[in-house]
Amino acid sequence: MTQTQTQAVLDPAPTDATAVAASVDVRVPRLPGVLGWARAVVLAVLGLVALVGVWEGYKALAPEDGVVIGEQRVLPRTTDLAMPHVWDMVQRLGEPTTSMAGADPLWRSVADAALVSLGIAGVSWFVGTTVGLLLAVAMARLRVLEWGLLPWIILSQTIPLIAFAPVVRSWGSRIEIGGWDWPPWLSVAVIASYLAFFPVAVGALRGLQAHSRIHADLFHVYAAGWWSTLRRVRIPSAVPYLLPALRLGAASAVVGTVVAEVSTGYLDGIGRMLVSLAGQASGDPAKAWAPIFGAVALGLVAGGIVTVIGVLLRPYRRGEAR
Amino acid sequence: MSELTTTSTPAGTGPADGAGSSAAVSARGVTKTFKTRQGVVEALSNVDLEVAAGEFVALLGPSGCGKSTLMRVVADLERPTSGSVEVFGKSPARARRDQDYGIAFQQAGLLPWRTVARNVALPLELHGLSRPERKERVEYLLDLVGLSDFAGHHPDQLSGGMQQRVAIARALAEQPRLLLMDEPFGALDEMTRERMQAELARLSVETGAAVVFVTHSIPEGVFLADRVVVMSPRPGRIVGEVVTGIARDVPRDDALRQDPAFFARVTEVREVLHGSPVSSDGRELR
Repeated sequence: MTQTQTQAVLDPAPTDATAVAASVDVRVPRLPGVLGWARAVVLAVLGLVALVGVWEGYKALAPEDGVVIGEQRVLPRTTDLAMPHVWDMVQRLGEPTTSMAGADPLWRSVADAALVSLGIAGVSWFVGTTVGLLLAVAMARLRVLEWGLLPWIILSQTIPLIAFAPVVRSWGSRIEIGGWDWPPWLSVAVIASYLAFFPVAVGALRGLQAHSRIHADLFHVYAAGWWSTLRRVRIPSAVPYLLPALRLGAASAVVGTVVAEVSTGYLDGIGRMLVSLAGQASGDPAKAWAPIFGAVALGLVAGGIVTVIGVLLRPYRRGEAR
Repeated sequence: MSELTTTSTPAGTGPADGAGSSAAVSARGVTKTFKTRQGVVEALSNVDLEVAAGEFVALLGPSGCGKSTLMRVVADLERPTSGSVEVFGKSPARARRDQDYGIAFQQAGLLPWRTVARNVALPLELHGLSRPERKERVEYLLDLVGLSDFAGHHPDQLSGGMQQRVAIARALAEQPRLLLMDEPFGALDEMTRERMQAELARLSVETGAAVVFVTHSIPEGVFLADRVVVMSPRPGRIVGEVVTGIARDVPRDDALRQDPAFFARVTEVREVLHGSPVSSDGRELR
């Protein structure tokens, strides 16, 4: 029996015409069923095939020297050096990273580096989210703080990461508490969190201000305190705003981690690998693409984790448009 | 029902039996002005209103006549610019903190992430009732509004009428002696609306609570209320009132809707509202 039928049977008031309409329109974001998943997978594969098709198609059809208008090259050269075949890139992943004996296959080196970066991005996302949420709650509590802080929060994002990355790194290297040294990866995480906190702070503030007038009136009538209102109404109402903010924050954390790794000279992550393998591209063009795939995978995993959080918060997304 | 007595009285002089400390609501010379971009708007002008304990009063008038504002002043959701309001002899703020009244709005205003049962339990939870006490009270309330089978449903799985019933159960959660309702059935279709009216009439008898019921529907006001207070806009003021004379124990059913005495009261309210006599078929004579 479908939900609609159940509803009609249970409804003690069959004359209630709107009951039928409302029971059809159950606006809960559902988990996609098997069909939904299958469709998502097929679409993803189609997208990938289309991308490969465009790449190889251009490579096959365009002139060696790229498309040149006047003196300006508007589309790249199609040589194997500039645009290696997709299958060469994939094949290269399976070959050893270096010519040294016992070297790991390239995919393994890329995966190791990406995992290190994922860990750092995770820490930076957690720190950024925490700071962002605290700022949002503070701003929602006091209007004065919103007026005072919000312009600075926005201004903070106009400073390029690479401008202060070396400063953070040199401060970090001087921190020593007890026998504990500030590890270099923590500098990377701090710098990346500077990027990650911003969407969370702005999105959460917007969400905390989004509860309806009627709920505000009700909680006033109940003589509920500010914290009680925050916990029972404002935070739950903020969830639909918070999830896109968390996703943006995750993307920022990944980008911030990669950039911060490069600008602080951190060696173990994917950022450094991107730069160093790009340097070897003239000798081994397919190899330079491996860490790019790694970075893409990193972004997808980060986005996927936020999607899982969204699923866990599903009860608070009731009434969201499907 | 032909023995119903017609009593049309001038503004502000309600039945005197509820006067003194037992009055559910006592408003004296209430004026409320809002500052808008177009200047100062007088939403309420020198309004007097007395609601006796257990009395059902409908505030009726066109949009902008200040009927909702008057209810919100009683609920301590707005402060009057001048004049005084007492709820059971206390200030509105004190009555609000003591949970002397329950409230329902045009929108049910349920928390979408809470089940029906947890929505009804919300005020009880906020005021520290123990879990077993809450459970017992919620079961009673859901039974009262006929939604026991829907305790575990979420609001988006209910029709508008059912949502509004949950909101009324929530308003009744703390056994208030006064119910404030701001067009609670205004967003419902006509069939649902009539059923909800009958249900509210029954609830008001069962709980013995006084009701201040804001509406812009004349039949609705006459059908439900002991007394219909008619308001008019610009500035919002009370222009008259009609005592319906329909006793609380008269069942609010279809028979009443077709009773000539009911029609007579509807016509009477319409005359007060328009300030001129109305012919029997409901059209103005002018």
